[in-house]
Amino acid sequence: MSKNIMIVGVGGQGTLLASRILGNTLIAQGYDVKVSEVHGMSQRGGSVVTYVKYADKVSSPIIDKGEADVILAFELLEAYRALPYLKKGGKLIVNKQSISPMPVIIGAAQYPESIEEKLGKLCDLTALDALELATEAGSFKAVNVVLIGVLASSSEISKEAWLEALRATVPAKLLDVNLKAFELGYNLK
Amino acid sequence: MKKLLLGNAAIAQGAYEAGVRVVSSYPGTPSTEITESIVKYDADIFAEWAPNEKVAAETAIGASIAGARAMSCMKHVGLNVMADPVFTASYTGVNAGLVLCVADDPGMHSSQNEQDSRHYARASKIPMLEPSDSSECLSFTKLAFELSEEYDTPFFVRLSTRVSHSQSLCDLGERKDTELKPYEKNIAKYVMMPGNAIKRHVVVEERTKKLIELAESDRLNTVIDNGSDIGVITSGISYQYACEALGDRVNYYKLGMVWPLGEKAIKDFCSKCKKVFVIEELDSFIEEHCRALGIEVIGKERFTLLGEYTAQMIKKAVFNEDAPEFSPLTEALPARPPVLCAGCPHRATFYVLKKLGLTVSGDIGCYTLGAVAPLQSVDTTICMGASVSAAHGMAKARGKDFAKKLVSVIGDSTFIHSGITGLIDMVANKGSGTVIILDNSITGMTGHQENPLTGFDIRGEKAPQVDLLALVKAIGVKDPVVCDPFNIKEFERVVKEETAKDEPSVIIAQRPCALLKRAVKYSGSCYVNKDKCKNCKLCMKLGCPAIVSDEKGVHIDATQCNGCGLCTSVCPFGAIEKREG
Repeated sequence: MSKNIMIVGVGGQGTLLASRILGNTLIAQGYDVKVSEVHGMSQRGGSVVTYVKYADKVSSPIIDKGEADVILAFELLEAYRALPYLKKGGKLIVNKQSISPMPVIIGAAQYPESIEEKLGKLCDLTALDALELATEAGSFKAVNVVLIGVLASSSEISKEAWLEALRATVPAKLLDVNLKAFELGYNLK
Repeated sequence: MKKLLLGNAAIAQGAYEAGVRVVSSYPGTPSTEITESIVKYDADIFAEWAPNEKVAAETAIGASIAGARAMSCMKHVGLNVMADPVFTASYTGVNAGLVLCVADDPGMHSSQNEQDSRHYARASKIPMLEPSDSSECLSFTKLAFELSEEYDTPFFVRLSTRVSHSQSLCDLGERKDTELKPYEKNIAKYVMMPGNAIKRHVVVEERTKKLIELAESDRLNTVIDNGSDIGVITSGISYQYACEALGDRVNYYKLGMVWPLGEKAIKDFCSKCKKVFVIEELDSFIEEHCRALGIEVIGKERFTLLGEYTAQMIKKAVFNEDAPEFSPLTEALPARPPVLCAGCPHRATFYVLKKLGLTVSGDIGCYTLGAVAPLQSVDTTICMGASVSAAHGMAKARGKDFAKKLVSVIGDSTFIHSGITGLIDMVANKGSGTVIILDNSITGMTGHQENPLTGFDIRGEKAPQVDLLALVKAIGVKDPVVCDPFNIKEFERVVKEETAKDEPSVIIAQRPCALLKRAVKYSGSCYVNKDKCKNCKLCMKLGCPAIVSDEKGVHIDATQCNGCGLCTSVCPFGAIEKREG
């Protein structure tokens, strides 16, 4: 058994925390785990990609094209950009938020139209408004944990194990909001 | 206890377990978290952010001579700054163990070049270890301290972005209680004047022979024999990629030490294989060594000198096997380059510099992003500190009229790092440049480290603060000006006035980084009042990621806006307003 999960988004959206919750959940299950993060300049509002791989033994921390079992996307354009990395038959979970990149903002490029429809035809897609659910939970910053909730509901790992990792990873004062956010994602119909 | 650790945190853990007592570094991606992690492990370890890598290395060298295990950590280009003391520390050797961690950045995720640090090991004759995951980061660092004392030499530990910034499982151990080693005055060993250095060079060459014996042993360099007739010589992250790609279909000679390299062990390994591939990112360092030994290997004719490798690339090169199928993109997508954050003080600075049409000699920091559209203000970026000295050279080359349309921009931390000397040059040699010090109260791009201008130390405790204004005056700059760039009109007036002068001038553009929570309390968000907006798009010239223009006109994305309010002062119609909460 080996699984590759890719988390993509825009710098500042909280993808790092999501990958850490995921990593902590998986080591508690006894897997070998590697999590590859992005730091430094590329974090400043640019495309960010983190890789989480787990198996009995993981070598490379990197996921290449056609290798991701699941892609957890925080933003529509970044989901679309990551599509080539999805394994045939893989699952794409996307937050239906669009954030214009600078070339679009200054009018040098167009934000692609109907990304959700296009992705729906090309892969197994779960699209949700995680921003709305995060706001409902108490903070729009909890988008990451809403998405972790969605991922958790389709995984073979018990809900309690996810919650344990969440409690261990998230700062205590933000726990209530994040627990709510997780439930909203987990119970998504 | 098994724990998921970032490679950098594992280096810190290894140093902690080895009993390190003094750590001095300058931040640089991808090395920064090593030193940041150290302070979390033990309140008794002295750790600091030094003004630059040279100072950091000298501090660590001094601590080692004084009998304390010491470490200094930097990114690859930081090693250039550190090189001077390091080459001579190779001659003096150590008293207590001395480890220098250097993190390369293949693929240039966060760097201005793609240099390969292994050349420094060979050039300075300092041995270099290269871990391939977090677990090895921990064990190799511990071992490096032991070996440093055993062989009387500093040790390099080489990292790369994917090793530094990947988390993998580590077994954590206890800290070894190391006593300070006795300090004894030893002029012949530690005073490197010619008469002594000539003798120490002999010691260095003898030491290298012993280190080659270490390379021949299996203490660091290991053969993994899978009974194949194809061999792979590799190290570091490339070893992990190779294992992923090739599994047990090849034999591996995994090098834990990449300099010095042995002879006999490599020849033995290769003699049992029909074909041998050398798999190494960046330069053909191991490959050239093999070729010099007369061994026929396959290297850069199949692999690239550029960027990062992948498992798929290796599979194709070795077995000609194709990558798995995937869904290709059928349309070109807009890129999403990094941008100055919403609320960034540098945005206001570059807005004014662009408006005035000035040539901008740039530097290393978040503000390098002032070269990106729509601001596109920055003309040059070379290395830490070059903004000041390069502008001085430009002005001397093209004369005073050119100098009046030219400014240098340099961050507070970068100015302390190596901008000061450039400014001294400008003053002492009758330059007339204008230096804008972007003082955002923190070292920004590497993720908020303290520096001598912030008034805090690495542990977040109050520390003496260098008086920037007094420093600039002491250098000989008359009437330096402090100005908030968010006060756009005043800032523009100051820039015009200072650039018009026939003497060196300094503007301290003071406003904290928008992400610096202790100093910035922006709240609420801005919005466009549609009744007042004339759609002139002047606000779009700010290049703020929160301001978007589409078929519905200009609007502000409340999830991206932090309420800094810069745009409200740019709009000539007062159409941008702020709402609280």
